[in-house]
Amino acid sequence: MSTNTLMAKPSRPWKPTPKSLLPDFIGALVTAFGTLAIVAATPLKGKLGFVIVLILMAIATTSILSAVRKDRKAALNSTTTVLVYVAAAFVIVPLISILWEIITKGATGVSLNIFQNDMSATASDAPLTEGGLLHAIIGTVYLIFFASIVSTPVGILAALYIVEVKGRFAGLVRFFVQAMSGIPSIVAGLFIYAVWMIGLGNSYNAAAGAAALAILMIPTVARTSEEVLKLIPNDLREAGLAMGATQWRTVAMIVIPAAKSGLITAVILGIARVAGETAPLLLTIGGADGINLNPFSGNNSALPYYVWKNLSLGSEVAVQRAWLGVFILIVVVFIFFTLARVLGAAKGQKR
Amino acid sequence: MSSQANENKSNPSNSSQPVQPDSEENMNQNKTATTGGTRERAQVSQHSLSDVAKNRSTSKGVSHNFGSGLEAKGVHAWFGSKHVLEDISMNFDTGTVTALIGPSGCGKSTFIRTLNRMHEFIPTAALAGEVYLDSKDIYAPGVDVTKIRLKIGMVFQKPNPFPSMTIKENVLSGIKLAQLKVDNQTELLESCLRRAGLWDEVKDRLDEYGGALSGGQQQRLCIARSLAVNPQVLLMDEPCSALDPGSTLRIEETIRELSESISIVIVTHNMQQAARVSDYTGFFLSDGGPGRLVELGTTSDIFSNPKEKRTEDYVTGRFG
Repeated sequence: MSTNTLMAKPSRPWKPTPKSLLPDFIGALVTAFGTLAIVAATPLKGKLGFVIVLILMAIATTSILSAVRKDRKAALNSTTTVLVYVAAAFVIVPLISILWEIITKGATGVSLNIFQNDMSATASDAPLTEGGLLHAIIGTVYLIFFASIVSTPVGILAALYIVEVKGRFAGLVRFFVQAMSGIPSIVAGLFIYAVWMIGLGNSYNAAAGAAALAILMIPTVARTSEEVLKLIPNDLREAGLAMGATQWRTVAMIVIPAAKSGLITAVILGIARVAGETAPLLLTIGGADGINLNPFSGNNSALPYYVWKNLSLGSEVAVQRAWLGVFILIVVVFIFFTLARVLGAAKGQKR
Repeated sequence: MSSQANENKSNPSNSSQPVQPDSEENMNQNKTATTGGTRERAQVSQHSLSDVAKNRSTSKGVSHNFGSGLEAKGVHAWFGSKHVLEDISMNFDTGTVTALIGPSGCGKSTFIRTLNRMHEFIPTAALAGEVYLDSKDIYAPGVDVTKIRLKIGMVFQKPNPFPSMTIKENVLSGIKLAQLKVDNQTELLESCLRRAGLWDEVKDRLDEYGGALSGGQQQRLCIARSLAVNPQVLLMDEPCSALDPGSTLRIEETIRELSESISIVIVTHNMQQAARVSDYTGFFLSDGGPGRLVELGTTSDIFSNPKEKRTEDYVTGRFG
């Protein structure tokens, strides 16, 4: 026994050997050359035709290989595997291509300059080295910050009402939250415009834009929070109540801390929902080329607004500025995400 | 001996604690009534369980009858229109351990949940009868239910430490949850963990999260947590069903130590456990309809000299 133990070497007998991989390799070659041959021989031209032929060829070769080497069940398994990979690719490819496009076209214009200047003294077709988008960054930070401050408590409390209180109107609240998540963003902007500007006689400002965004953000936060709270095991609530706690103390001390990371995700999803919204902002913030540090008075700008404006100007430099704005918008949203995660993990759920 | 159900009053022989000679005789009679292979099995299991129960009752002695404890009077329970418990009357004196045994679905858990008003969290639940703690009906209008649950603690079947709290915070969570004032939290923390038999294992890692402990340790943490608010009664709903024998043994030791000062009600499917830890045993059974308390007596009586045929069949493993 002892010699055996000494002789024993860790191995992975379940791993494929080069020999067993050979048919797969040949199959891959057949797929690749077969696709090229079919594309060359038939009128299927262009990238789309190539991709379709490649997918069909991949399914055909793997299925036939499996059917020959094993049986029908293995063939079906291979077919499904290929389809799943294709579906995954359909999700990942657009995402990567969007990011790639934004980074290549947007990141080139990044310089320290753009974080120090606004467009108040710069013509939009001036070279990129002049002017900047500090005013738009400030506007977007204001918008996201105020929208989150309003919609996080409202959304989470609505979810608590539905899941914890289970009040008489829980079903109704859930229905309205769902209906609210279907509101087109321009309608939210129009609502604030009608009530805040026309009805109450206020002028454009960042707070009005944040209110419009909050209308869009509340249902996302509420619905995600609801799902998260439902995942908290009932045992924990019962344990809290059995210790002589009131329902409010149980929720505040046990349920919410246990659901914390999920609730943060809910807020992040809400931010992601509204950060790029342009339509409601067109009706509420008014737009500005200069920095406006007061969110409650005066026209303000935002990154989506900046992108929209420069894109509609149409000159070559303006379009470059639009790409730059998109890139900075993504960076700002990413910073908000990271911030929320770090703040949420500060008191830690190290398990 | 106030823990006798009314139906058992007819037999005076079990009201004195040392009943061994009498029960031995009865047991032999019972054995002759059974036949064939089942008799062999019955003999073995009956012997062991009644021996265990007798050891327990001799080591424990006569129950201490101080404090009025908890009393259930004619408790019925419903879920919707389904009648799940019928007319349960039991006393749980301070300083005693009462085991509730019976097959699944006979209403044991429902019954102990009526004892600290956890029953009412099920939306369709309904109830009849009274539960008295220190001679006051806990279901009387105007009673503060959170105060009741402070006095009647509960340990659940699945260990459920609060995941967002450390071991220390878990033990002291009851203080915070019920907004009590405690002068010396460190002392309380240590005494609760000691009484739950967990102190030596966790004293160096009090700031780790409760989820980092093993299942048995988590369950003892939950016991420590319920002890921190100093309950008069501890209800345990199958506390050892998910634990290994070692952890079970530790928890049984804990129960034995705790029973000196408080009364404990334990639901268990493990009859060895009921025989080992309890002074009194109640046998619940449902014949398709609502669950009833078939027999209630001292543990040694239930396991060696049951009056009901159904109890005997159950404790000897012939059904259920």
